[in-house]
Amino acid sequence: MTAYLKLDHIDKIFTRGAASTEVLKDINLTIEKGEYVSIIGHSGCGKSTLLNIIAGLTNATTGGVLLENREVNSPGPDRAVVFQNHSLLPWLTVYENVRLGVDKVFAKTKKRAERDAWVMHNLNLVQMAHAKDKRPSEISGGMKQRVGIARALAMEPKVLLLDEPFGALDALTRAHLQDSVMALHQKLGNTILMITHDVDEAVLLSDRIVMMTNGPSARIGEVLEVPLARPRKRLELATNTTYLKCRQRVLEFLYERHRFVEAA
Amino acid sequence: MNMPATKIEVETAKPASAAAPVVAMTPKRPPRSETYARMARETAVRIIPPLVVIALLLLVWELVCRRAGSALPPPSKVFKDTKELILDPFFDHGGIDKGLFWHLSASLQRVAFGYSLSAIAGIALGVLVGQSVWAMRGLDPLFQVLRTIPPLAWLPLSLAAFRDGQPSAIFVIFITSIWPIIINTAVGIRNIPQDYRNVAAVVQLNPLEFFAKIMIPAAAPYIFTGLRIGIGLSWLAIVAAEMLIGGVGIGFFIWDAWNSSHISEIILALFYVGIIGFVLDRLIAGAGKIVTRGTALN
Repeated sequence: MTAYLKLDHIDKIFTRGAASTEVLKDINLTIEKGEYVSIIGHSGCGKSTLLNIIAGLTNATTGGVLLENREVNSPGPDRAVVFQNHSLLPWLTVYENVRLGVDKVFAKTKKRAERDAWVMHNLNLVQMAHAKDKRPSEISGGMKQRVGIARALAMEPKVLLLDEPFGALDALTRAHLQDSVMALHQKLGNTILMITHDVDEAVLLSDRIVMMTNGPSARIGEVLEVPLARPRKRLELATNTTYLKCRQRVLEFLYERHRFVEAA
Repeated sequence: MNMPATKIEVETAKPASAAAPVVAMTPKRPPRSETYARMARETAVRIIPPLVVIALLLLVWELVCRRAGSALPPPSKVFKDTKELILDPFFDHGGIDKGLFWHLSASLQRVAFGYSLSAIAGIALGVLVGQSVWAMRGLDPLFQVLRTIPPLAWLPLSLAAFRDGQPSAIFVIFITSIWPIIINTAVGIRNIPQDYRNVAAVVQLNPLEFFAKIMIPAAAPYIFTGLRIGIGLSWLAIVAAEMLIGGVGIGFFIWDAWNSSHISEIILALFYVGIIGFVLDRLIAGAGKIVTRGTALN
């Protein structure tokens, strides 16, 4: 198996004045093409920092990120991010928000009409075509996140990075959106890396779950394969023994071996 | 357990479905006359209080200034004295003997010119200061000192530099109105959420696209606050500056009226100055509302 995305000995040290904190220590991970990997850990363990490093929004102190064997250290549309708080530009309509990325990425390869069709295609994928002329303030939180996903997908990323994409949503909307993401993954075969702190979400969606120890100096504590066949159905899995076992493993890791200790 | 529950459902479902269309139908008919009545009431609520207050003030003014030997004319005399100026604002007898329209338009032209310059330069400098920490450290202390200099203090210097009234007046407007524009723009730029910068970085917008598509719209509410303060200040400055430089313009009109003891004309001119200042402020506020329709909401 060749590594599609490779995190190679990543360390991250934040320095502020004289004080420096080691946030991440020696992170090694390889992700294959089409794989859905979740990173789970308690808040403050540096998982968002790790995602930012992969996205190129922050640089690793040592080590690096390889995408298709080439080092990436600046942000780009090949690693599109779905941000936790959707980050749609409020002065643009839903359509324009998606179009912004499309115009940039396909400036040379697609004609105007093709770009328009591509934007609409992606809005259709997330079932948001009906709201294309609305502004972000006029749609619900779940809808905003759908548009955020469409914006990322429309850039045709090699890796789709999801930064706690469902964290700010209510439970019902979250479940609905998780199903949508699963369906998209099934249909498009994207490589997806997701940050989450929700155990059920991680087990339901992922092929592999990367569990991180508590910071400072967070490491990868354990990587768990989720050997569940796709497509997965939320209701059937509720009683599935493999699902429950996986869930148990993650819970044990998080709440027994690496219990979150409130920093003094 | 199940049976009674379903029963209740059936029972409640019926009246609901019967009631729903009735509720949906009724509000469609009556609103027209009702909405007009409500609109009339709402406007009345807004317009009547200021009218009452103005009428009362005029009455007090009339009573106070009516007696013989009062220094200022009562409103009735103001109106009588300035009737010609009010009714014919467009006359032109050459020199500075012109109708009020020409004076006001000369002042407005100076403001338009000086203010446009300060808007362009102010936004540009504000972006620079907001974006670059180095520029902020270098320029901010300078701005903080310069902005406290009263507008008219600049006039002698600019007269010395330009050797002409017209550019000097424009310069005074420029230098007066630029500071709030710079400072507000800079604050707006500094407050652009990191999220928007991240989006721009992922999409790989170049600096020019970032400026046009992210920076300006994101900072627009702040920029318009600055622009609005700026237009108010430039209107303040022009009247004062024109008093000193002379020529056609509402400022000098007031000064001229004082020199010829036409107190009523001064009062009329003040009225116009106030109204135009108000309109200018509203214009910029309106433009801001249109431009920032999306941003201000979030």
